[in-house]
Amino acid sequence: MQTANNQNRFFFNVDWISILIYVLLCGFGILNIYSVRFNADDATGFNFSAEYGKQLLFVISAIVMGLSILLFDAKFFRIFAPIIYGVTIILLMAVLVVGKNVGGNQAWIPLGSFRLQPSEFAKFGTALMLARYISTFNVKLNQVKPLLISAAIIALPMALIILQPDAGSMLVFLSLMFPLYREGMPGNLLLIFWGLVVIFILNLVLATWILILSIFSLGCLFAYFQRKKLQRVIRIAIICIAAIAYLFVAKYVFDNVLKPHQQTRIELILGLKTDNKSAGYNVNQSKIAIGAGQVFGRGFLEGTQTKYGYVPAQSTDFIYSTIGEEWGYIGSVSVIALYIFLLLRIVNMAERQRSVFSRVYGYSIACILFFHVFINIGMTIGIMPVIGIPLPFISYGGSSLWSFTILLFIFLKLDANRMGYI
Amino acid sequence: MDNLFNRKFVIQGLMIIMALILLGKLFYIQVYTDKYFLQANSNALRKLYQFPARGVILDRNQKILAQNQPTYDLMVTPSLVKDIDTFELCKIIGIDTPAFHAKMKKAIVYSRYQASFFQKLLSVETYATLQEKMPQFKGFHVQKRTIRYYPDSVGAHFLGYVREVSQKDIDNHGGYYKPGDYIGKDGIEKQYEKELRGSKGITHMLYNVHNVPQGSYADGKMDSPAIAGTTLITTLDLELQKLGEQLLQNKSGAVVALEPSSGEVLAYVSSPGYDPNKMVGKEFGNNYPQISTSPYRLLNIRPIAGRYSPGSAFKPLDALLALQDAVVDQNTLINCPGYFKAGNRNFKCEHIDGNTNVRWALSRSCNTYFYSIFARMMTKNGNKNLKSTYEDWQNKVRKFGIGDTLGLDLPGEKAYKLFRRADYDKRFNNRWGWSTILSVSIGQGEIETTPLQMANIMAIIANRGYYFKPHAVKGVGKLGNIDPKYKVKHSAGVDERHYEPVINGMQDAVNTSTGTAIQSRIPNILMVGKTGTVQNNLGKNHSVFIGFAPRDNPKIAIAVIIENAGYGGTYAAPVASYMTEFYINRSIDPNRRIMGRTPAQFMEINLLPQLNTNWPKKVIKPNSQEQPADSLKSTPPPLNSPTASRQPLEKILAILPNSESYKKHANSK
Repeated sequence: MQTANNQNRFFFNVDWISILIYVLLCGFGILNIYSVRFNADDATGFNFSAEYGKQLLFVISAIVMGLSILLFDAKFFRIFAPIIYGVTIILLMAVLVVGKNVGGNQAWIPLGSFRLQPSEFAKFGTALMLARYISTFNVKLNQVKPLLISAAIIALPMALIILQPDAGSMLVFLSLMFPLYREGMPGNLLLIFWGLVVIFILNLVLATWILILSIFSLGCLFAYFQRKKLQRVIRIAIICIAAIAYLFVAKYVFDNVLKPHQQTRIELILGLKTDNKSAGYNVNQSKIAIGAGQVFGRGFLEGTQTKYGYVPAQSTDFIYSTIGEEWGYIGSVSVIALYIFLLLRIVNMAERQRSVFSRVYGYSIACILFFHVFINIGMTIGIMPVIGIPLPFISYGGSSLWSFTILLFIFLKLDANRMGYI
Repeated sequence: MDNLFNRKFVIQGLMIIMALILLGKLFYIQVYTDKYFLQANSNALRKLYQFPARGVILDRNQKILAQNQPTYDLMVTPSLVKDIDTFELCKIIGIDTPAFHAKMKKAIVYSRYQASFFQKLLSVETYATLQEKMPQFKGFHVQKRTIRYYPDSVGAHFLGYVREVSQKDIDNHGGYYKPGDYIGKDGIEKQYEKELRGSKGITHMLYNVHNVPQGSYADGKMDSPAIAGTTLITTLDLELQKLGEQLLQNKSGAVVALEPSSGEVLAYVSSPGYDPNKMVGKEFGNNYPQISTSPYRLLNIRPIAGRYSPGSAFKPLDALLALQDAVVDQNTLINCPGYFKAGNRNFKCEHIDGNTNVRWALSRSCNTYFYSIFARMMTKNGNKNLKSTYEDWQNKVRKFGIGDTLGLDLPGEKAYKLFRRADYDKRFNNRWGWSTILSVSIGQGEIETTPLQMANIMAIIANRGYYFKPHAVKGVGKLGNIDPKYKVKHSAGVDERHYEPVINGMQDAVNTSTGTAIQSRIPNILMVGKTGTVQNNLGKNHSVFIGFAPRDNPKIAIAVIIENAGYGGTYAAPVASYMTEFYINRSIDPNRRIMGRTPAQFMEINLLPQLNTNWPKKVIKPNSQEQPADSLKSTPPPLNSPTASRQPLEKILAILPNSESYKKHANSK
């Protein structure tokens, strides 16, 4: 009787709306992957060895996996967070040794006929670990030490991933900065971080001496208004010197640390280069495909750009261009609307958690998913660099789908259990 | 919770702002601009063209003047070329290995994935051989197209020719033509290009990124089939034209025959000419340089661009204007003592004709009479008003179609000079009188016409006072529409009653023993005509004849000019005689001799002027009995014997139509 009651409450508590959106996105993904490979002359029924067939299997297995996660005890994730995190770190190390190199990235561990991508699983491992640490009694994120520890939890997998080197997946972990902000990290830090990013970009766009001059004059201006207070003038001077020093470091990093193709991609995105042949080809073709959809789209299976191979990585990173071409602006907007609805909902759900652990985890997955969605769609329409990260739930690929599913369903489980103690 | 709760809104706000950025950019790409939509089409959508057959050109009796024959282009798609026997292929299409590699390179430069021309215009035999072995030559395929074929090899100048478009043609025709297309370049082919070319078929095909076709676009809803060119029914009489070309072979000159009742062009001979079949397809490249640079100016369209003084052929018109002006009537007698005295100068007449009326004057071609009536016309308003009288007179001459183009529907028609008062004022510094310009009265000097204009004057006289603008096409396709301007009757401004005396005179010229063209009289057909022996600064006089037949209810008006041949009665009149006989009887009597020659013998005469240039340089074989070419300059070519001395011209003659007889002589030597 007690058990049955719990079951009922459990099903009542699970957020079925999120699951509905999840299923919609996965289904829409299969539809578009099918369209990419569709050939009117060769419509020989359903084929499980084709990409859409495999993706269907991935989705089914992901749903099974998600539902089984719902059967776990919610406490399990909090208790085992360090172990899961540890395992993913070990996998990230292992991939550097035994990994299979695909397209320049040593990101895959071959497991029989499957290939495991540890960086995908590192996402929820890190999110769990971060939640576990912050939810620890007496951790205050406006203090230096907890902040450093949190940063270290995030930085460790990033460091291992950049060794593969997979810049795209590495950058995803930057999104975990926002849960830290929510939990009390000073807003100034966030501002300083993005300030540094902006200066980095300006450094590439403008000549160095212009930037130095601007920083210097701004500094003088602020110093003039604060001239009565010596301490502030000194602080301004230090900030200026630091900023100018950063300019040179950033320049050095860009020229010597980043790989040439990464430099090119960044330059392309900043409009410093126009190149429709090699590096810019993907983006240009993707924009052409999306633009070809116009308002109502060419219709399901009618896309010419996406079907005839004009856009590379069509079913994986550039699946959104198929959506854009075949479903038009209406389809493009609907997909973004679904994502935003899901993400805002997850944030709201995170806020209703009693436990800090659940809340931090909720924010983490919302931010990770958002980062993926924004960067991926942004790169298909040419406002973000092509860093090769999948569109959650829609892009073809087992590892990423399972990883996103696990991320989401762990939170749904935590949410279902929000009244209980974790 | 705490004040940190507000940070939720910061994060959610950030998400919404970023999403709006995406939506904004998407709006630009998908809704605001169609730049990408158009680029997508140029990515994947290709237009493939099917070439329609060019319209067939028929003569007035529905006989074929120009039709089409299939030819084949060998195409190559470099990306598909695999393991081919280069040597074998070279052998079949007749090129060497370096040429093969050069062609291959050119194709690759054009596109690796798209087919381009490898060898154009293969012969049917080559195609047959190639077709058997085609499976061996992966990456190659054969594309069919049609080129012109002229079954009777006649009417080259009338029909014009068709050649590959130049960049200029492409630029001038607003994008219809693409490199490799063909376009009519002269004659009917040029004038009626739009009707003849039909319209290209367009198939919209989708291509993938590797340029492999993926099927038709929008289920072919936007495709259009090739529409064959319209059949043109021309006014030409194929057999009459053929006879004219044969009669004029090895002569330089022109024949224009018109149907007076309609202005339709029945014959349009320009000689020397060329075999139109030498200007099609692959032959074009082989022959065009030779044809276009020949010193005989083979591409010159003499019927409408030939510049000739009408000479005595102008006299009927002169007489008509005098009768209209009433300075003489048909019975007025003017004495011809063998010269005409103007002031203290004597202008010679060819013969002493005694007391002459208009009929006698025309039949004898008496210069004195025409000088005299011209003087009367010029002085009828007194010497003071002579210049304005001349201006009126030349305007009346213009009403006969002289001094301007006639608006024939063929390109290249020229308008030659007929001096106005102002022109004379300028030339003679205002000091001129009727005796200064007396030569105009006998069609020499400041009056020049084309053969077409001369034929048109005859059509006017045949019609007793009016003409229809000459035209070359009587029907476009089944509708048979022609430009309405060819249905308009143009009056020549002379009353109908004045024509009979003139026609009587011209009738006598051909049909009485004292006439200038009596030898050319046709049994049972009353031909009316006038000879002309036109002085020119190029050498011997041009032989001219204009006329029409039969006298009542005329069926044909004709003008014949044979350059540097001598008397009008000797060479031009026989041509007109045979052609008229043929047109009216549909046959000629092969034994009817004019000036002692049967038609066949006439055809044999070679009157081509000797070339006094250095071309061709080496002409004499050391041990032959030929005379040096130079020695012939002074002696006129003997009749009936195309001598070996004309050997150097073989190169040109070989491309003239119907020159077998010449070749026969050349070979028998």
